[in-house]
Amino acid sequence: MSDERAAPRAGIEGRVVVARGAWSLDLDVAVAPGEVVCVIGPNGAGKSTLLRAVCGLTPLTSGRLSLAGTVVDDPAADVLVAAQQRHVGVVFQDYRLFPHLSVRDNVAFGARRSGRSRTAAREQASYWVERLDLASLAGRRPAQLSGGQAQRVALARALASDPSALVLDEPMAALDAGTRIDVRGELRRHLREFSGPTLLVTHDPLDALVLADRLVVLEDGRVTQTGTAHDVARRPASDYVARLLGLNLLRGRADDGDIEVEGGGVLHVPDDAVTGTVLVAVRPSAIALHVERPAGSARNVWPGVVEGLEPIGDRVRVTVAGAPSVLVDVTPGAVSDLHLAPGEPVWLSAKATELEVYPG
Amino acid sequence: MHPSVALRIAVTGLSALALAACGSSSSPSGSPTTTGSTTGATGAITVFAASSLKEAFTTIGQQFEAANPGSKVTFNFGPSSTLATQITQAAPADVFAAASTKTMDTVVSGGAASGPQTFATNTMEIATPPNPTTPVTSLADLAKPGVKVAVCQKDVPCGVAANTLFTQNNLSVTPVSQEVDVKAVLSKVELGEVDAGVVYVTDVKAAGDKVVGVVIPADQNVTTKYPIAAITASKQAATAAAFVAYVLSSAGQQVLAAAGFASP
Amino acid sequence: MSRRGRSVTAPPWPVAVPAAFALLFLGLPLLGLLVRAPWGRMWSVLTSPTSLDALRLSLITATSATLVSFVVGVPLAWLLARAVFPGRRIARALVTVPLVLPPVVGGIALLLAFGRRGMVGQYLDSCCGITLPFTTPGVVVAEAFVAMPFLIITVEGALRSLDTGLEDAAATLGAGRLEIFRRVTLPLIGPSLIAGGVLTFARALGEFGATITFAGNLPGVTQTLPLAVYVGLEGDPSEAVALSLVLLAVSVLVLVLLRDRWLRTGAAS
Repeated sequence: MSDERAAPRAGIEGRVVVARGAWSLDLDVAVAPGEVVCVIGPNGAGKSTLLRAVCGLTPLTSGRLSLAGTVVDDPAADVLVAAQQRHVGVVFQDYRLFPHLSVRDNVAFGARRSGRSRTAAREQASYWVERLDLASLAGRRPAQLSGGQAQRVALARALASDPSALVLDEPMAALDAGTRIDVRGELRRHLREFSGPTLLVTHDPLDALVLADRLVVLEDGRVTQTGTAHDVARRPASDYVARLLGLNLLRGRADDGDIEVEGGGVLHVPDDAVTGTVLVAVRPSAIALHVERPAGSARNVWPGVVEGLEPIGDRVRVTVAGAPSVLVDVTPGAVSDLHLAPGEPVWLSAKATELEVYPG
Repeated sequence: MHPSVALRIAVTGLSALALAACGSSSSPSGSPTTTGSTTGATGAITVFAASSLKEAFTTIGQQFEAANPGSKVTFNFGPSSTLATQITQAAPADVFAAASTKTMDTVVSGGAASGPQTFATNTMEIATPPNPTTPVTSLADLAKPGVKVAVCQKDVPCGVAANTLFTQNNLSVTPVSQEVDVKAVLSKVELGEVDAGVVYVTDVKAAGDKVVGVVIPADQNVTTKYPIAAITASKQAATAAAFVAYVLSSAGQQVLAAAGFASP
Repeated sequence: MSRRGRSVTAPPWPVAVPAAFALLFLGLPLLGLLVRAPWGRMWSVLTSPTSLDALRLSLITATSATLVSFVVGVPLAWLLARAVFPGRRIARALVTVPLVLPPVVGGIALLLAFGRRGMVGQYLDSCCGITLPFTTPGVVVAEAFVAMPFLIITVEGALRSLDTGLEDAAATLGAGRLEIFRRVTLPLIGPSLIAGGVLTFARALGEFGATITFAGNLPGVTQTLPLAVYVGLEGDPSEAVALSLVLLAVSVLVLVLLRDRWLRTGAAS
């Protein structure tokens, strides 16, 4: 544990223990203001329990939880602050928008919390409706909204209640694959702008990679790994993590279909409409390794040097340094066929269609 | 006590809880108390009789069955006007005994019966609860403010009689309730919900010590005639006629007198 | 084995035939009322003091009984649906008893409890001179006794099937329990409240046995429409039929008006 005498950070922190019969959740939590921490894990890992404990819908069995410097749950000291008083903004997986209220009224629901007058609350609601681009939908009922729109309303509603912390439960789960990409990018922007701590729970690795500053892997109620997405992907502590986070995520500047990757290299993508800062995602299994420069249809071909080999289940993850550096998954047979070893020069190829681009 | 008798008493007791207009039916049992004329009637008949005849006619029914082995008498007790309506709507009655000539006339003019004979007369009495909140000692007391009086509703014979009683004696009485029949009035008195109820003398007698009767002097009182007739459409004409005859005979009249009825 | 090409909207005859019987069974008596009604005398009967008194009394008491049911019944429904307390099962069983009790028996029970000599009634009488039997409030009591369970059971059912997730969300947005109930729960169970209210009103309007047993029968004070109809049968049966039509018309009107609104509210939410 860190130095007890240090001034409490104004974020989410503490030890969360929730027992449910034979199963229990037990982990240390520390999310600094402005930080986005993603808790990732399979179903039944305890992610939802953790969320409910943080926002006050489930009491701790033992341990201690502080929000913004105040202890909100301490069973030993008989301290329990109700959800109403915790100022945690929650975006639920099923959004839980009030069906009998309009979008504007939904957003305004929590705005009176900090003792605001009715007029001030209305202004606050309008502000967030504008900010999340919901003005044209303000009069509609939730039943008339699309999935992406509903998610924005849920986020606006949570933010309009002046939260000191944000908690999101599987924010993309209710959306179809196409909508997810756009929504994920926007969500990333809004979370960056939020000044308090954000705890996000998901089973989708893309959420972790795109949205989070730091990752916490939760399996069966216990933390199996923490770190940045980059670190966890490179050194997965378990098969589950490896398989889940096997993904290359590169930052760069896009211009007319060409992306200049930070750290070196240019990648070509089919979408030439994207400009500005972007994130590029490519699966390790979508990159091919060659001993000699390949000729073929792949538009992205560049040289690299093998840095490391990591057997993961039935395949081998090869770390390749180059412009850009990437992870490549190959079969063990390929390793011996190509005589792959650290230091060996190789060529990499990736089809432009295998690259996914996100606005950064 | 014979288990079947106990069962029948229980059944009769339960059906007595329902204060519906249609009365309860009872099956005969027990031993005969008096001899009556035997005419060899052996059919099963249904007798529609006014509520005020309940106790007396039940006994008469038992005696009749004992005197006429093989016969069976089932009763339908209720307000005479309701029964009259049912009979004119072709309800399966064999004998009709009414508490007023008016209701019998309805049946006769409807063609359902003929040749009614008066078999008893009845006069009114005031029934009061044993532990009264407000004591009532005379007819005039009923007109006092604050006295709660229950009467039968205005279209049934005992209601008509009560009304005549008041008008005849120049009393302005405002009842708190106009019950569907005389037994309902009696229940309200027994429960102590009202201070007095205007019922027949036979009802007061039948209620025993559940109510205290306040006699109405003969010069203030109203007399009602009770006619009886066999129903023309009856399928048991012989037994029906025999029953009517039994009621008019000395045996039947003894039972009626014991119940408090006066002779016609 | 039917071909899928056949129309799926035409009802199959094993369903249609019994359904037609049911419709006839329910409809013919009502039709009989309409056909045999004394249409010539209708206006004079309906505007007679007896009828107007009975109609006015019925509407006032049924409305009051419904209001009383809302005021005390909804909180009880909430407790039964949400709170855990000792004796909850007994309480729930108790609520359903008036539904299965013959109304006249209910009337007797009310007398034994609230009558002048009743368990509670005797104290009401001696201390404050309050008696319920033979009064219009007594009618409201009798009607509420038989009708309130309808409201309680409807609302309890609605509360149980309500998704508590929305109430959780409201809590995280800072709403206290009362505020959650007022701003989230109540609006969401609105259609059930209306449906329950309609049922309660209709039951109270038609109540006979408990009313006549507990409150008695006095025109202008306790003689509601059903009592007027019953008593009217003694004097003038065709008048009773006319009054029955009034009861039928009022009931149908209430049901139609409110069902429309209930449907609309249901569609919007």
